Amino acid sequence: MGSMIGAAVVRKEDPALLTGRGTFVEDLRLPGTAYMAYVRSPVAHARITAIDTQEAAAAPGVLGVWTHADLPGLPPTRSVPGMERPCLADGAVRFVGEAVAVVVATDRYLAADAAELVEVDYDDLPVLASVAAATAADAAPILPGLESNVVLEQVLSATDAEAELAAAPHRMAIRLRNQRCAAVPMEPTVCLADWQHSGLTVYLTTQTPHHMRNEFAQWFGLAQEQVRVIAPDVGGGFGAKASCYPEFLLAAELSRRVQRPVRYVETRSENMTSMVHGRAQEHDVEVGFDDDGRLLALRVRITQDCGAWPDTTGVGLPTLTSFMSGGCYRIPVIAASFRSVVTNTTPVGSYRGAGRPEASYMIERVVDHVAAELGRDPVEVRRVNLIRPDEMPYATQFEGIVYDEANYPGCLDLLLTHVDYDDLRRRRDAQRDDPTAPLLGIGFSTFVEMGGFGPTPLFEQFGYVGGWESANVRLTTDGSAVIKVGTSPHGQGHKTTFAQIVADQLGIDIDRISLLHGDTATVQEGIGTMGSRGAPVGGSAVFKAADKVRAKALRIAAHMLEADESDVELTDGTFRVAGTTGPTVTLAEVALRSLKPHLLPEGVDPGLEETAHHEPSNLSYPSGAHCCVVEIDRETGRVDVVRYVAVDDCGTVINPLLATGQIHGGLAQGIAQALYEEVSYDEDGQPRTGNLVTYTVPAAEDLPPYETHHLVTPTSFNPLGAKGLGESGATAAPQAVVNAVVDALSHLGVRDVEMPCTPAKVWGLLNTANGS
Amino acid sequence: MSHHKVRISVNGVPGEDEVESRRLLVHYLRETRGLTGTHVGCDTSNCGACTVLLDGMTVKSCTVLAVAADGSEVLTVEGLADDEAMSPVQEGFRACHGLQCGYCTPGMVMAATGLLLENPAPDEAEIRAGIEGNLCRCTGYQMIVDSVRWAAENGGAGTAATTHAERASS
Repeated sequence: MGSMIGAAVVRKEDPALLTGRGTFVEDLRLPGTAYMAYVRSPVAHARITAIDTQEAAAAPGVLGVWTHADLPGLPPTRSVPGMERPCLADGAVRFVGEAVAVVVATDRYLAADAAELVEVDYDDLPVLASVAAATAADAAPILPGLESNVVLEQVLSATDAEAELAAAPHRMAIRLRNQRCAAVPMEPTVCLADWQHSGLTVYLTTQTPHHMRNEFAQWFGLAQEQVRVIAPDVGGGFGAKASCYPEFLLAAELSRRVQRPVRYVETRSENMTSMVHGRAQEHDVEVGFDDDGRLLALRVRITQDCGAWPDTTGVGLPTLTSFMSGGCYRIPVIAASFRSVVTNTTPVGSYRGAGRPEASYMIERVVDHVAAELGRDPVEVRRVNLIRPDEMPYATQFEGIVYDEANYPGCLDLLLTHVDYDDLRRRRDAQRDDPTAPLLGIGFSTFVEMGGFGPTPLFEQFGYVGGWESANVRLTTDGSAVIKVGTSPHGQGHKTTFAQIVADQLGIDIDRISLLHGDTATVQEGIGTMGSRGAPVGGSAVFKAADKVRAKALRIAAHMLEADESDVELTDGTFRVAGTTGPTVTLAEVALRSLKPHLLPEGVDPGLEETAHHEPSNLSYPSGAHCCVVEIDRETGRVDVVRYVAVDDCGTVINPLLATGQIHGGLAQGIAQALYEEVSYDEDGQPRTGNLVTYTVPAAEDLPPYETHHLVTPTSFNPLGAKGLGESGATAAPQAVVNAVVDALSHLGVRDVEMPCTPAKVWGLLNTANGS
Repeated sequence: MSHHKVRISVNGVPGEDEVESRRLLVHYLRETRGLTGTHVGCDTSNCGACTVLLDGMTVKSCTVLAVAADGSEVLTVEGLADDEAMSPVQEGFRACHGLQCGYCTPGMVMAATGLLLENPAPDEAEIRAGIEGNLCRCTGYQMIVDSVRWAAENGGAGTAATTHAERASS
């Protein structure tokens, strides 16, 4: 058997999912299950003056109707201290979609019928649906007990960089917007709670089962061992399923009250206002630079719209944006600060990239602005600023943020071997002069982001127990293996990639390795899947556990071969004395022997089962260089991505097939942010994008084919050398696309186009910029 | 709410059930027939996770009432595999990594199967147009396009779907 690391193995997950035999939460059946349906606020900000649940309570099949007043003593969900969100609106509603009352009935149709019968009277309050409105001089605080809607404010650098900005030969102020997006996992939020005397079991659409177990236990005052959280097949998450939702806690509480399992299945329309949104940042940037485009100083003031209730993870994201604001460039002075503002909108949390795409978009747009200002080529301006490989590891000015081994200029060089830049520029100029041809634009993005989330001190700030991950590898007596891992994949394919790691270490056929995850009762302590930590942190834990099994198996094998341990080698699942053709023992024989205590060497405990934790020494920093080519229809303003070329350095690639899938998916979401997607509200706080008719999730015809390439610079921060790559595409793509759109329009004097670059917006620029 | 008796054959298995007039076909399949492979991903018939074949045509089963399917034959993702072997479309999705989380997959596989029944040799543009009613949030679509092309070159829609379509047209 050759090395399994780097092999394009098809997935072990697929047959069940392809034949309709997957197990998503809504597919599970427990006898006697009742259904929840919510009454949600149709207004963005109001006092609740009356709720009449009588008619609903008397409706067919209804087991109960509850409002906040009916659940005395019910604790709020965890958040920033002093800003905890009640599970049901406590006298006032603060965004459209906030839950006001909940019905439990024997059937989902009857539950929905009864929810319609609940009468709620609202007394309107002033709606502050934007940062501008919420920070106006006369804006009243939205959250109780606070003096302002600015709920967090932090300066993350010792200097405001004013001296350096003033001293720079050129200085420019730029305002950039990273619009609010929705994660839209194809499976909305679903939970099934079963409270019994023996404890609470909850089946949950989550990325973090152990973390959710801790939340349930704390909320209900249960011992953690009494709470079992199971995340079976989960239909996408993209960060938004890492949050703890009031719906989860209420399902458990109502199961306790009605003494039967209770199921909640969110509709997509509910999902669009209930599930956390992402991004929602504005950046006020000042940059100082010299005649060559060398960046000398950067000041970034970030404003995050954190929605009506600060999400624990959500309000931490501007910190990550600040840390990454310098991108992959050597900038002597960076002054970063942020504030989070409460508005009458859906709370903001993680969405693929979570804080880093915002930074990458900002600095990559800044570089293009600098190039435009100087009349220089954007690639050349990048070159003079990129951190060189010999400067790695590179300590940024932010404490603990140290970029690992990488080759940023190498990625750009490799990209340019796949892109004939000169020819593209000629075509751009020729098409510009030909009114019958679409406008062509070329955009670049050289990026670095954070992967491999941990270590523990950082992850504690987001409310997690730690930033490590755990794995247990156990050999059965026939030499097959079972892995248990604390990550909780929802599309990433850990059953395949982690089996590859064990296959590689122990020489077991990958078809004889299975993986259990997403169940707090069967898996040892774990953290979860988010922040591109699957391979670098979870995979490293698997690697370490398998390594421990291998070491112990070698010891037993040496005893069986009557050889010295240091002379024995394991090849393709067989142990022999190195360099001999003498006797051999198979891994299966060793596994069986491991459970015969009387035949083991002295001091060796029975069994071949080892648990390992991997605490990353630091974050890892996936990087790369992307190029996007767009064409713009002059009549309609429609932007088409005609070519997208990506070079990624995610370190060691465990499975190139799955790695490509991760990059593609990220690119799709990044391109979608650039061209199609935006969650928006009107002045009254009414969502304009409350379902999939109005929120543009792109279909196959809206997205291009992608060309992907790797430059492999393994990181020394973990034993696999893997940096993570789930978020790279979403981090790199938005600015590659927007830089291309701006390039296509640059001859008209256009310097910026706000995302999303919709046909209406681009058409408007085409028709104002050229004076017609 | 009135109830009606419906006769619906699903994956070749006849069924006779009493359903509420407002019951959606997707809920009939999932709850009455216990076939949970067909998923619900939206409430506006945009996402296509619930796509099935109804008398040879792809439909979004969240937008069809169970009573409207009375007397019909339905083919769901559970009915595609033949004698333990997956259909060419299913095999193509596995070979080309056309799925990640798997939630849109049953609908996507049924849409692709319906496309190949109509057009056994679609080009890239025709594949992209053929699955435009199905949303995937994980793959970015390219590997789905590859999967459908793989299926077209390796047996097409498959035996179960072809038989289903032939019965519908006869």
